[in-house]
Amino acid sequence: MTREAYINAGLTFLLVLVPFWAWSTGQAYILTLCTKVAILALAGVGLNIALGLGGLVSFGHAAFFGIGGYAMGILASHAQVFDPIAEWPVLINGTKSMPVIWIVAMVSAALAALVIGALSLRTSGVYFIMITLAFAQMLYYFTIGWPAYGGEDGLSIYLRNSFPGLNTLVPVHFLILSYVVLGLALLFSARLARSAFGLALTAARQNADRVETVGIAPYRLRLVAFVISGAITGLAGALFADLNRFISPTMFSWHTSGEIMIFVILGGVGRLYGPVAGAALFILLEHLLGGVSEYWQIFLGALLLGVVLFARGGLIGTLAGREVAHD
Amino acid sequence: MTFLLFAEQMLNGLQFGIMLFLMAAGLTLVFGVMGLINLAHGSLYMIGAFAAAAVAGLTGSFVLALVASLAAAAAAGALIEMTVIRRLYRRDHLDQVLATFALILILSEGTRWVFGSFPLYLDVPTYLAGPVTLPGGIQYPLYRLFIILAGLVVAGGLFALIARTRIGIQIRAGEADREMIAALGVDISRLYTLVFALGAALAGLAGALVGAIQSVQVGMGEPVLILAFVVIVIGGIGSIKGALVGALLVGMTDTMGGVLLPRLFALVMEPAAATTVGASLGSMLIYILMAVVLILRPSGLYGKA
Repeated sequence: MTREAYINAGLTFLLVLVPFWAWSTGQAYILTLCTKVAILALAGVGLNIALGLGGLVSFGHAAFFGIGGYAMGILASHAQVFDPIAEWPVLINGTKSMPVIWIVAMVSAALAALVIGALSLRTSGVYFIMITLAFAQMLYYFTIGWPAYGGEDGLSIYLRNSFPGLNTLVPVHFLILSYVVLGLALLFSARLARSAFGLALTAARQNADRVETVGIAPYRLRLVAFVISGAITGLAGALFADLNRFISPTMFSWHTSGEIMIFVILGGVGRLYGPVAGAALFILLEHLLGGVSEYWQIFLGALLLGVVLFARGGLIGTLAGREVAHD
Repeated sequence: MTFLLFAEQMLNGLQFGIMLFLMAAGLTLVFGVMGLINLAHGSLYMIGAFAAAAVAGLTGSFVLALVASLAAAAAAGALIEMTVIRRLYRRDHLDQVLATFALILILSEGTRWVFGSFPLYLDVPTYLAGPVTLPGGIQYPLYRLFIILAGLVVAGGLFALIARTRIGIQIRAGEADREMIAALGVDISRLYTLVFALGAALAGLAGALVGAIQSVQVGMGEPVLILAFVVIVIGGIGSIKGALVGALLVGMTDTMGGVLLPRLFALVMEPAAATTVGASLGSMLIYILMAVVLILRPSGLYGKA
């Protein structure tokens, strides 16, 4: 086993131990925090596929996070008042079933990523960063101006959606559900990185010209990666909306894009467990520093600055050393 | 829609565009010369507005407030450049985005810590208050007219500085080939600090000028920052001329879109629905414009391919 594998195992152990301890001592608040870590880490796992594997600096992943959230909000809000979403050409009813919501969230986020990616990937560098940001902003302003689902005020969902066989209102059930989803996403992400597709994508990040010379089109690889990445972040958005039982345009804001990026960077770009370590550290800091000072974001900013300037490779990169090439 | 309202909105669009240019000029200069994306540019705008509001509150002088905004933003810019930004020039864009995002967190929370969460107000001085009548019978606020003129003067000064002075020559040379001008004996790190402080001062001035129309509060720089990015991306990153064209285009599109679209939709829809659809499409319009420009010209209108 490499050092990184030990660190990942340690992280997994900690992430299981903390909720177990919180559960046995009856601290529901800690359980909610752990659930939040898992969901935000999932959003990061999505971004990490575009950013870490593909080298696509997307500053607009809030778009997919928000679409996932709104997919949940729209379906659940119609279901809770028994008002069909559409009656023509076919009758579409809302739903409170998580698996259905997840599929809708992932498919809509994937479709959005397909359109945004197809257009944005024509540019590169700063232009790519800015055009992805612009698309997220477009949706942000659209949701603010769209009164049907709460506009600027957002929308509350009274009851958490249901999952067959679980009572999602019990914190520990929802926590386990989030952990399982995160675990599956990590497994998928690890297999993807080792697959032929993942290797080609990594190669396209390192040297696009060479990849083209051997007959692989980097554009299509990147587009597929972007779509997968968007779908996973969309799923995280749906879960996040369910955690808070609330959606609002803030999910689309550029601060959200920035935060998802922070999870990935704080943990370590391109590392499998990077987003998990980053999200855990972020929530831990928010929890610890938020109690010390109202102005905790100053410390967060300083820490982030320190990581970017001095600890390149993030938490995992610093602990594990540069075993993975970080071009 | 009457001609008077139309003309007034055109002037509003022009005023907005000029303000955006003051923001975008610094961003595009810093990118063109140093190759750096600076998300913290909006914080410099905020610092300028807060400095102006604080000085105006102490002395009651609007002129001193404007001077203070320039000085405070330039000083903050120079300080940030020497402590943080300097280390980022050789890094990739991802590191630059994150480090300057971190700077936003620090500067916004720091400002909140010093000034509190409540907005400050900067009053329009009496000699610039009230409306003026323009040719054609258009009533227009004198202060907004002042902003347009002040912005045009600054823009003219900036073009003269870049085109005609020794510093301007060095800046343009720095854009073209930094090793060469360093070899010719120009102190490149001093030049970079200067360019950064110049861009910061312009942003601070814009913040102070707009601060008298809107409230001065933490986070005021962020919407403007994103618009300024849209501007420089449309114009082509690194091009001052592109920034001017982009700023006017974005200012006009945003203002006219917000006014015209609801009226346009009202022709085919119920009034209430037309207002909401028109307004939400109006605020998306500039992003649509940017996407279209980038799809047709992936490096902006005046950008180098």
